[in-house]
Amino acid sequence: MLKYTEKIRETAKRLLAEKKVDVFIGYRKGTVPMMNEPLLVNHPDKVDPLYWDNFCGLNLCNYLTKRTDKIGIIANGCNSRNIVTHIIENQIKRDQLYIVGIPCEGMIDHRAVVRAVKFKEILGVHQNGAEFTVKGHDFEETFEKNKFLQSNCAVCTHRNPVIYDEMLGDPVDEQTDVNPYSDVEKIEAMDPEKKQGFFTRLISRCIRCYACRNACPLCYCPTCFVDESTPQWVGKSVDPTDTMTFHFLRAYHCAGRCTDCGACERVCPMGISMRQFTKKLNKDTRELFSWEAGLDPEKRPPLDVYRPDDYNDFIK
Amino acid sequence: MTEKVFTKEEWLGTLETLKESYKLFGPVKDGDFHTFMPLDGNKKPDFDYENTRLSPKSVIYPESERMFEYSLDESEEDAHILKESPKDYSPCAVLGIRPCDAQAFQIVKRNFDNPEYQDPWWTQHFEATTLVGLGCNAPCATCFCTQVGGGPFHEAGLDVLLFDLGDRFLAKGITEKGDALLEKTAGNPADDAALAAAEALKQPARDKITATVPTDQLKDKVTNELFDAPFWEEVAFACLNCGTCTYLCPTCWCFDIQDEVQGNQGDRIRNWDSCMFPLFSLHGSGHNPRADKFQRVRQRFMHKLKYYVDKYQNGVQCSGCGRCVRYCPVNIDIRNVCKLMNDFA
Amino acid sequence: MGNPYLPYPVRIDRIVTETEDKNLKTFRFVFLNPEDEEKFAYTPGQFGELSIAGKGEIPIGIASSPTEKGFVAFTVNKVGLVTTHLHNMKEGDIMGLRGPLGNWYPWDEMEGKHVVIVGGGFAFTTLRSSIIYMLDPENRSKFADISVVYGARSPGMLLYKDELAEWEQRDDINMHITVDGTDDPDWKYNVGFVPTITEQKITSADNAIAIVCGPPIMIKFTQPVLEKLGFSPERIILSLEMRMKCGIGICGRCNIGDQYVCKDGPVFPLAQLKTMPGEY
Repeated sequence: MLKYTEKIRETAKRLLAEKKVDVFIGYRKGTVPMMNEPLLVNHPDKVDPLYWDNFCGLNLCNYLTKRTDKIGIIANGCNSRNIVTHIIENQIKRDQLYIVGIPCEGMIDHRAVVRAVKFKEILGVHQNGAEFTVKGHDFEETFEKNKFLQSNCAVCTHRNPVIYDEMLGDPVDEQTDVNPYSDVEKIEAMDPEKKQGFFTRLISRCIRCYACRNACPLCYCPTCFVDESTPQWVGKSVDPTDTMTFHFLRAYHCAGRCTDCGACERVCPMGISMRQFTKKLNKDTRELFSWEAGLDPEKRPPLDVYRPDDYNDFIK
Repeated sequence: MTEKVFTKEEWLGTLETLKESYKLFGPVKDGDFHTFMPLDGNKKPDFDYENTRLSPKSVIYPESERMFEYSLDESEEDAHILKESPKDYSPCAVLGIRPCDAQAFQIVKRNFDNPEYQDPWWTQHFEATTLVGLGCNAPCATCFCTQVGGGPFHEAGLDVLLFDLGDRFLAKGITEKGDALLEKTAGNPADDAALAAAEALKQPARDKITATVPTDQLKDKVTNELFDAPFWEEVAFACLNCGTCTYLCPTCWCFDIQDEVQGNQGDRIRNWDSCMFPLFSLHGSGHNPRADKFQRVRQRFMHKLKYYVDKYQNGVQCSGCGRCVRYCPVNIDIRNVCKLMNDFA
Repeated sequence: MGNPYLPYPVRIDRIVTETEDKNLKTFRFVFLNPEDEEKFAYTPGQFGELSIAGKGEIPIGIASSPTEKGFVAFTVNKVGLVTTHLHNMKEGDIMGLRGPLGNWYPWDEMEGKHVVIVGGGFAFTTLRSSIIYMLDPENRSKFADISVVYGARSPGMLLYKDELAEWEQRDDINMHITVDGTDDPDWKYNVGFVPTITEQKITSADNAIAIVCGPPIMIKFTQPVLEKLGFSPERIILSLEMRMKCGIGICGRCNIGDQYVCKDGPVFPLAQLKTMPGEY
């Protein structure tokens, strides 16, 4: 993946110099290991900080909404699907974008790495092909990248961008032998009481900082329902019912729209696996409507179309 | 000034005695990280930790706290009249708090306990609390306490300071409150070897903090010039406007006040709030003085590194714990922003 | 010192609908415990937090004057959750009042000087308090000429219409009432925006202090007019609005730079505001 850094810089420089784009959105290497910072470059001389590695897990589509300029953006599989979703939902126009596609082999789960070194402080991470090496004050360990992928990446079946203006590399093979929903199936098999217990424990640490919502490219509402005061839908203290309401409703807002990019889990300061909510809805839309979000800008999502000949009775 | 030594078992054992006089809080391993929790039931503190994910500010300043309660039942004589919610101000002790987090309490005290107004809940919780610090033998790469007036064994703000000597703890009483706590503990008077070993920990720990975060020029900057500095849009670009930095920060104190009603009974509650949220400053008219993301990001840094400096003449509103540096999901690094501000001409 | 967040219980004594759109009502409150009235000793320019159990609190400028005894009054615009609920309450209902909060107009400095009051819309409340205070026989001699420019969108949107008419008749206060526009053929006062009328009617800044309270757009356009008239920024006094919660400078949201509008304001001389970030 590292090889893309140079290509990104060259491409951004060219696009900015040729005025094909006004700005270019990518990442720069972070100041702490396994963290990269989304970056906006507006001049061909400023492309050098652009960077790409296996820790670019934050979805860049967040930075597209409400922009009026012409934007160059790098996109791997899931980011490209969120671009498609943005186009479908009129959050950005296709001709405003110059999409630089990157075939993706998955992002590394920084939390899993921290666990693997038994919570010792990590001072540096170096990638080398299919492996990466983690260094601390008194240790150095090498891991196989594939065993440390973010859980959404491990089951991803859309690693290649679905929409792009140019590609920086040859497409990678898509995974076919994965069951993205094995964890959901486990929860589905629980009885209601156990399910309730499972979800209650899942969000018990939530501090309502809304990092999950704000990192989610789908959450662009001008005023989120949790922020409405007239009427007020949700209490603002840390009452478990209110917290659960927030997570449930947010997930439902994402039904048929979520690309399982994993940004929500990646940013949660408390390590909550809130994809357990959205994945169930992804599974449902797939089973009920044969729908996966963000694959085709020409197709309307299942929850915003109405057809007189709909086979469901309830809608008639 | 009391100085005692404990073997680590003795220390854990003496905590059981302390529970008779104090409600104890300590760092408890909770999944992937540590959290300050009440040490009730069979919860065991783990003092072999870097720092907690959430700061211990919640011990004194809970994320949600009842202020008042009331009845809306018209048949009751005092319907609609607010009364103070009952509170427990019995003594409590926070064990193993890091010196940066203790210093943070001193920083926020200037807000909650000022000459004009005293916040009754914060001040009484604080008064009831004894802070038993644990010096940092091995500060993290993101720590910069030494740059903001603190240090790995900084005593100000603590009542007791513990030195981890490997197999033993040396406990040093710093205030009367701290001595009073140590009096209730077992342990032996500190021997010279322990005192020397504790002293020897200090410099190597300081040397491990390599970050340079200069703050010396901040007080001399003209507020409006810093406010209009050209770097804010760039600093703020990646920001998601989530509340992670503010909620994890030991020195962020802003709160919201909300009424919650169930049936005929209601509470007035205060909740942590965040200057990152647009709602924080939205007027009833719809006007918002900080409607744009970069304005809110600027507010956070200006508050910590300029407004606070000017208002209290007592340094920055940051104790260098590094939580925001480590856990900002988009890696906005206060150390870099501070440099930008301090160097701005 | 008591708990600064605890409201005094009050009873709504009288409700007056002020404007034709019925969105502005004046509430008179009487303290349930008479000793609380003494604790609520205020000075014109200050505000209070109106507290409704189950709904919340809202910061509102005090519209009554300390020279009016036995009650305290607030004129409230219906905008959000708390104010809408308040508008639906009745005389006799019990609620809470916290304060007085914030600073006040610089009364000491104003003594011996001409006072120019410029107000717009429903921000006239603390200006009414100030006028009543100055016109009190005990106080009137402390001030030289008093001139008032007060404007609203239309005649029906003016607050305190009876008092305005009464002040018009007096010779110890110069009233310049104006509306943005009207189709009322009987309208006998000015038509025009507040800054324009200020420019026409206020002729001198000599030995004068201006206090200005109104919507941001009015303040923005009145400032240069006053400066042109010769008011130095030290003698232009503004009262600001901000989203507030605690009202005592602790909860952190209403700052402009290092100043909290709730505690260090809401009254600021323009000279001071110019040194603060323009974030209001």
